[in-house]
Amino acid sequence: MSENLLEVKDLVVSYGSIEAIKGISFDVKKGEIVSILGANGAGKTTTLRTLSGLLKSKSGQIIYEGTDITKVPAHKIVAMGISQSPEGRQVFGTLTVEENIRLGAYTKKRADKETQEWIYELFPRLLERRKQLAGTLSGGEQQMLAISRALMAQPQLLLLDEPSLGIAPILVNMIFQAINKIASTGVTVLLVEQNAKAALKLADRGYVLDVGHVTIKGNAKDLLNDPKVQEAYLGKKG
Amino acid sequence: MDIFIQQIVNGLTIGSIFALVALGYTMVYGVMKLINFAHGDMVALSAYVGLVLYTQFVGSGMPQAFIIILVFLITALIIAAAGVILERLAYRPLRNAPRLSAVVSALGASMLIQNGIMLYWGPNILTFPIGIFPETSWVIFGATITFIQAFMLILTVVLMVSLTMFINFTKYGTAIRASSINQDAAKLMGINVNMVVTIIFIIGAVLGSVGGLFIGIYYRGIEFTLGWNYGLSAFIAAILGGIGNIPGSMVGGYLLGLFTALISGYVSSVWAEAFTYILLIVILIFRPTGILGERVAEKV
Ligand SMILES: Nc1ncnc2c1ncn2[C@@H]1O[C@H](COP(=O)(O)OP(=O)(O)O)[C@@H](O)[C@H]1O
Ligand SMILES: [Mg+2]
Repeated sequence: MSENLLEVKDLVVSYGSIEAIKGISFDVKKGEIVSILGANGAGKTTTLRTLSGLLKSKSGQIIYEGTDITKVPAHKIVAMGISQSPEGRQVFGTLTVEENIRLGAYTKKRADKETQEWIYELFPRLLERRKQLAGTLSGGEQQMLAISRALMAQPQLLLLDEPSLGIAPILVNMIFQAINKIASTGVTVLLVEQNAKAALKLADRGYVLDVGHVTIKGNAKDLLNDPKVQEAYLGKKG
Repeated sequence: MDIFIQQIVNGLTIGSIFALVALGYTMVYGVMKLINFAHGDMVALSAYVGLVLYTQFVGSGMPQAFIIILVFLITALIIAAAGVILERLAYRPLRNAPRLSAVVSALGASMLIQNGIMLYWGPNILTFPIGIFPETSWVIFGATITFIQAFMLILTVVLMVSLTMFINFTKYGTAIRASSINQDAAKLMGINVNMVVTIIFIIGAVLGSVGGLFIGIYYRGIEFTLGWNYGLSAFIAAILGGIGNIPGSMVGGYLLGLFTALISGYVSSVWAEAFTYILLIVILIFRPTGILGERVAEKV
């Protein structure tokens, strides 16, 4: 029986008076790939930003490795082992690829050599382009960089916000393969996606988010075959 | 020709002051997207603090060079502390407030410091004594460089090279650059953006304090309004170079110094200010983002 690495209980997050997350609960066990699915505006990004400490929750709890991290500020969350590749990649465009990667290891005394080599193995394009400004990379390459940057913190829990968004289909495939490889090294992955099919093929379990509520949850296989999920998120008519 | 070279020397000297003060505006703007209007008044404050310290130390028997170093260091420390307090009290509580609140707070802080200086030291001009530096001067290509000028030029270059190295090649420097590009992404790297802001205010205050001391030892007369006058010029220099851009402020500062000196030399110092605004307008028409402008736009 594997233990919970992350446990979210009745989380409520609002922007001003508008509640974007209306009391959601979910958990992620060590070594799992868990996917959060949902349409645009469902609250996926809000959830991840709250987990990383960028947003404050109105109520509810976030328990990580048995510790309540609900009120821990963002920069400390990274040092605790949770890092994120944010929606829209948000690489530092006027810094070089190499500088972006080194910033990923900001919380470390020094950037881990092995992790860095592993990242360049995972994404050889980044090695070729390491002296280039990150803003001159293609969307897919920026996504690779955003993931690499998050990996440099040597996280236990990696949060990925729509890594396939706005990226050429060949690269999407490559990025999902990389996520699989990352997970196989023991990193726990929480993957937020609109591309439900690709995400569920990769994930162990999934949660479906709909306007701030978890509406469906279960094993990834079951979700792939669930008529409700198929109709709403996989483009199949029941 | 002699006038020309002489005005170049003078222009670089004034430009050193503009550039040092401009860096304070630009670095704070870079990270916080806020014009710290109180920065000029911190510069004024450092001139007064420096004068008080110098008056205390002079005749204490310490070697003159040592006194000068001490005055620069202690002034820098005091102004750095004042900068940190300013940020905590006037800006941090408004970090998430509407933009206008921070602007009002900045103006309020500026007036508070300015009036504080006037109340404490009085509204009249105070004068830095002569003989702080040796009266030595050199003639190069027909232009005279005084010891003070040489000191100002060299110290400014040393500070700018150090700042450039710090920003470009150290971990904290990279964190500052990252925070000025995207604060949320910086936080996701584990960067404590509050600490970055504190560092920015310290650097700005220290460079500004050197600028303030330069004003005192170069022009000698100091007045409680000097923060507005020099602050405005330095702010224009920052905009000329591209606000938020560090090398831009250096270039903008020297350029404005040269421009002011040449207008003073060939036209009249009375016109220098008017021409400064014309220069600003012309540059903003042709390069709205300043001379060095925005750094490479993002391609997606
Ligand atoms: N900064 C914000 N201010 C106000 N409302 C926001 C903000 N960001 C997101 N929202 C709202 O919160 C809801 C959830 O958004 P988001 O978490 O981005 O969804 P998703 O990532 O699933 O597309 C949406 O209704 C969105 O309009
Ligand atoms: Mg989103």
